[in-house]
Formats: sequence, structure tokens, C-alpha cells
Amino acid sequence: MTGVEPYMFSNLGTLLLLAGIGFTARVVRRNRLWREAATSLWRRRRLALCVLGVYFAIALLDSVAWKGGVPVDAVGVLPNAPYSIVDRIFLGTVEASYSAPFASVEFYGGSSLRNPGTHPLGTDIIGRDVLYMALKGARVALLIGGLTSLIAIPLALLFGVGAGYFGGRFDDFVFFLISTLASMPGFLLLIALIMAMGRGTLSVCVALGVTSWVGFCRLSRAETLKLRELDYVRAARVLGVSEPGIIFRHILPNLAHLIVITFVLMFSGLVLSEAVLSWLGIGVDGSWGQMIDGARDELSREPIVWWNIAAAGTALFTLILSVNAVGDAVRDVLDPRTQGDAP
Amino acid sequence: MSPLLEIRDLRTAFPGARVGRGRGEPVHVVDGISFDLDRGEVLALVGESGSGKSITALSALRLVPKPGRVVAGEVRLDGKNLLELSVGEMRRIRGKRIAMIFQEPMTALNPVLRVGDQVVEAIQLHETVARADARARTRALFAEVGIPDPEERLDAYPHQLSGGLKQRVMIAMALSTRPELLIADEPTTALDVTMQAQILRLLRDLQRERRMAILLITHDLGIVNELADRIAVMYAGRLVELASRSDLLTNPLHPYARGLLAAIPALATPGTRLHEIPGVVPSASRWPTGCRFAPRCSERFEPCTVQDPVETTRPNGRRVYCHAVAEGRR
Repeated sequence: MTGVEPYMFSNLGTLLLLAGIGFTARVVRRNRLWREAATSLWRRRRLALCVLGVYFAIALLDSVAWKGGVPVDAVGVLPNAPYSIVDRIFLGTVEASYSAPFASVEFYGGSSLRNPGTHPLGTDIIGRDVLYMALKGARVALLIGGLTSLIAIPLALLFGVGAGYFGGRFDDFVFFLISTLASMPGFLLLIALIMAMGRGTLSVCVALGVTSWVGFCRLSRAETLKLRELDYVRAARVLGVSEPGIIFRHILPNLAHLIVITFVLMFSGLVLSEAVLSWLGIGVDGSWGQMIDGARDELSREPIVWWNIAAAGTALFTLILSVNAVGDAVRDVLDPRTQGDAP
Repeated sequence: MSPLLEIRDLRTAFPGARVGRGRGEPVHVVDGISFDLDRGEVLALVGESGSGKSITALSALRLVPKPGRVVAGEVRLDGKNLLELSVGEMRRIRGKRIAMIFQEPMTALNPVLRVGDQVVEAIQLHETVARADARARTRALFAEVGIPDPEERLDAYPHQLSGGLKQRVMIAMALSTRPELLIADEPTTALDVTMQAQILRLLRDLQRERRMAILLITHDLGIVNELADRIAVMYAGRLVELASRSDLLTNPLHPYARGLLAAIPALATPGTRLHEIPGVVPSASRWPTGCRFAPRCSERFEPCTVQDPVETTRPNGRRVYCHAVAEGRR
């Protein structure tokens, strides 16, 4: 065995994620208000939630990788590389060139395929299975949406709640930061950040996170300003609760519904932003955005190679549609302005 | 023995409005208030809205909303000046020795926490007790403040309780650490009349049982009659009269106190016009010179609009700030 390798971190991350989800589920189940919200959400958006579940399952199957157990003689297989479950299903299906969906001969040239009739969505210019690439994109998309939110939301809460609660100098500083960011063209800043940090999943996520926290920061600041003056916060102060105690016990839990709503609504925007970045050539490897970018020129071929872009576009579209549908429902369920009680 | 709470010449000011580049004169919302509160005594602080009664109480807790601050005076609890304590020391006094209940029970409980947990946390904040013990104490407190099915209510969320129950939870929370002084800021204003009566009776019983002092802030003289031992009438940031309940309610000396009493609807005969005090409370940024009530007073004479009224002390500790009383006109 060699030392620690990147795929091990990925496996560990997956494990932590599953533990986190288990923990969240436990919390939701034990708190009556959250449980009711979850049930109501399930009743409203069964289909969209199932679709998201499928995407998530695919991403999970693609996140756990190990070495060995691969047919070494197959085309394009590296004997000593880690392969995930999704990888293993499509191992050795590489063709020499384009195949149309379910075709038995190559799309250009007409010579017979290595695996005739086994590419439900065809292959791309270098013969990779399109279905395989589309499935691989799920993990990248969820990673971008999730990781970026994990960067942007805490950042927004730190500045927003801090500014709203403490006011004064810190508030001025945060507003200076916000207006500075707002006075720069967002996309140029994003591109500049990625260029400065170098390409890669993490730097794209950091760049997206740094440029997308402003909106939620304003929202959480305003909400904190409101909560700070409410009687139960004043009552806590009269009881002698310390400042951190008030923030963590009385302010943040009452922002929880906003955090959930923001997370869901932010998610789809982030995945789309990545597609745009990929189209500009600075996205994350293996994303749908990159597939779409790669398929751009192939639309001008004769006969047209359409399945490539169609697969990536459909996968992206379905994910965004489901997330947005769930997001709307989350807002309906949790937002006190559209419902009687805040959770 | 010194009284439990001594307030001496307390002045709380808010910075004035922006005038050009600078700021105007600071606005003294509380302007030289002094009174004592003994152990087990109920003192009512009575006055119209804007007279500074809530700010007086918040000043004693050092919780005046920003940017206001206490600019002068002393607040002594057991002889120790609270205004000189460190932030940490003050925090240990809040909730432990001085507790407060608020006007609005609807919003005074955190909506995302179970009410039992909120009381348990209040106990654990000031005492090292096991969670189970704190919970048992909370259950006993709930029973004491008259919450039916206390065991069940411990796990309820605030929105599942009625206004009266919430106010009882608030009282339980305030009493959980056995404070010596309870500040009740219009404790029944948001409740309906029958609930008001119940809560007042509860407060009175608890106060007697625990020998707890209460600083009752209200504009409702009916409540004062239920609870208070002594009454301090405030007007425009100053005390105008401080007397025992019976003295003040039967024989008010200060014209403003008389006006207030005359304005109680229950005492008026049907068909007659309700008495009112002409004019409105002046704004804190433009207190009149001399006696602040003078512009609305039917008995004012020469010194009233020029000189601050002098204190007249009667043998039983009654204090009146009025030129007319000082000169023996009344």
C-alpha cells in the first residue's frame, strides 16, 4: 500500500456527509415543528424529492472508490487507479469514435463498434459513453452546490449576524465590504479569483462562495436587527445570558428557516453558474457545463451529433427544476410570512 | 438595615438629534429620580407613556437601549452600586437577584425552544444543578404559578400556549432563581381582564410567600390598587409624588396625581364626561422650565414656570414636588 491518496479523502468525506445527514434526520425527527415541515414538504413535492434522491444516490455511488478488481485487459483501464461504483459499471465501454444511441456501427465511418448497441445515449468524439459522463456530472454538480453553500452561508451568517447584532464599527465594516463587492462586476471577479487560485473543484467553489454570500448577508443582518429587539432576546439579556449565548441560543435558531430556504434556492443558481464558467473554459472537470461546452462544436456537424448536449442539458435541467420546485415548497413550508407559525 | 434597592438622583440620557454636523443637547429621559424599595415591598411606578418609567427600570438593570446611557446617579442593591460593577458581575446579578417580566408574553418566549427548556436554562445559568433537578424544579414552579398539567406543558412550544399561560411561564422563569427583586413592566397590559385579575392575584400571592420586592411599572391605577404598598407617580422624567397607596389613592396632593385619579373610568358616574388632563406630555427634547407639569396645571402660579419645584416631605415619608404644596396652598 502506498500513502494517503485523494480518493481516500473523498471516501472519508462521503462517510462524514452520510453521518451528517443521519444526524440532521434525527434532529428533524425529534423536533416536532421540523418534522411537520418535512412531512408537509414530502406531501407537496414527492416527485421532485424522488428525482433529487436519484441524483444524490448516483453521486454517492460515484463518491466511494477503491483500487483493484478491474479487468486489466479492457481498453482505457488503468490497473492501479481507484474506480468508483459508477466507473466500474462502465469500465471498458470506450469506443474509437462517435456512436449514436443504441447503434451498432460508428456514426462517422461506419465501422463496427467494440460494444455494439450498449450505449443508450451514444458516445462522444473520443468514444466515451455519454450516459456515463452524464451520471458522473451528478456528483460534480452536487459537490459544487453543496460545498459552495457551505462556504457562502457561514460567511454570510458571520458577517450578517455580527453586523446586525453588534452594530457600530463592525456593521460599518461589513457594509463597506458588501458595497465594495457590489461595485465590482460579479462575473469578472469570479473569473479573476479562479485565475488567481488556479482551476480545480475547490477553487471554483471558493470563488463562487466568496462572490455569492452578499445577498444572504443582507438578509441575515436585517433579520438579526429585528430579532435583537424582540422581547425574548431582551428577556434573555435580563436573565443574564451572555452575548454568545444569546446569538447561538436565541438568534441563530430563529434564523434556521432562512438558512434552509437560502441553501435550497442558492443551490440551483450555483450549479448554473458553474455551467457558465465551464462554457468559458474555467469550470470543474467532469461537469455538465464542460460536456455542454465540448458538445458546442459538434452541433455544427453534418449529420448533427445531438445526444451529447441533450444528455448534459437534460441532466442539468432536471436537477435545477427539481431543486427549484423543492425550494419553492421549502419556502412555503418554512417562511413565516406565507404561513401561520415560524418553526 | 439599608433598603434592598436605592435609586439616587438617577439620570438617563439619549444623545440629541443630529443638528448640522454635531448633535443637539442630550435628551434626559429620566432626570433625577430617587426612591427606595424595601425587601418584600411592592412599589408601583405610575405615569403616562413617555414619562420614563420603563427606562428607570432598565437603567437599574443597566440595560438601557443604545444609544441611551445612565449619565449620573446611583443604583444600589444592598448598598452596592450596580452602575460600578463589571459587565460580568452585572450579568450574575441579572436574573439571579433582579428578575424582570415583560408586557408582551406573546413575544417574550423563544418560539423555537420548549418552554420547559427555557426555564431549565434560566436556572442552570445561575446555579450548578443537574438537568434533571432543574427540570423537577421547573415542574414545581409551573405548578406554583398555576399552570395545569405542568409535566405536559414542560415540553410545549410557546405557540401552543395561550397568552395567560405564556405569562405564567414568564413569571415561573423570572422566579426560577428566587430573585429578591422582581421588575414587572406592565405585566398584564396584553391580557384580557379576567386573566389580568388571575395574574395579579398570582403575583401578590407569590410576592407574599417569597417576601420578594416588586417594582411594578404600570399606567393602570386599578393594578396599583391590587398590588402596591407605595406608589411613585412619574411625570416627564421626574417624580412628582411618592406616597403610600392609601394616601395617594384617597388624598393625592400633586395636581397631576389628582388628575390621574380623576381620569379613572370606574370612578366616574355614568353619563358624565370623563375627566381629562388638558394637553399632552411634553417631548423629552423640550421639557418646560420650572415644574414640568405647569403648562397643563390648573393651579399654577408665578414660580411654577420658572423654578424647579422643591421637595416637600411629610412625616410618613410622603414626598411631593409641587410649589403649591410647598407653600401650603394645599
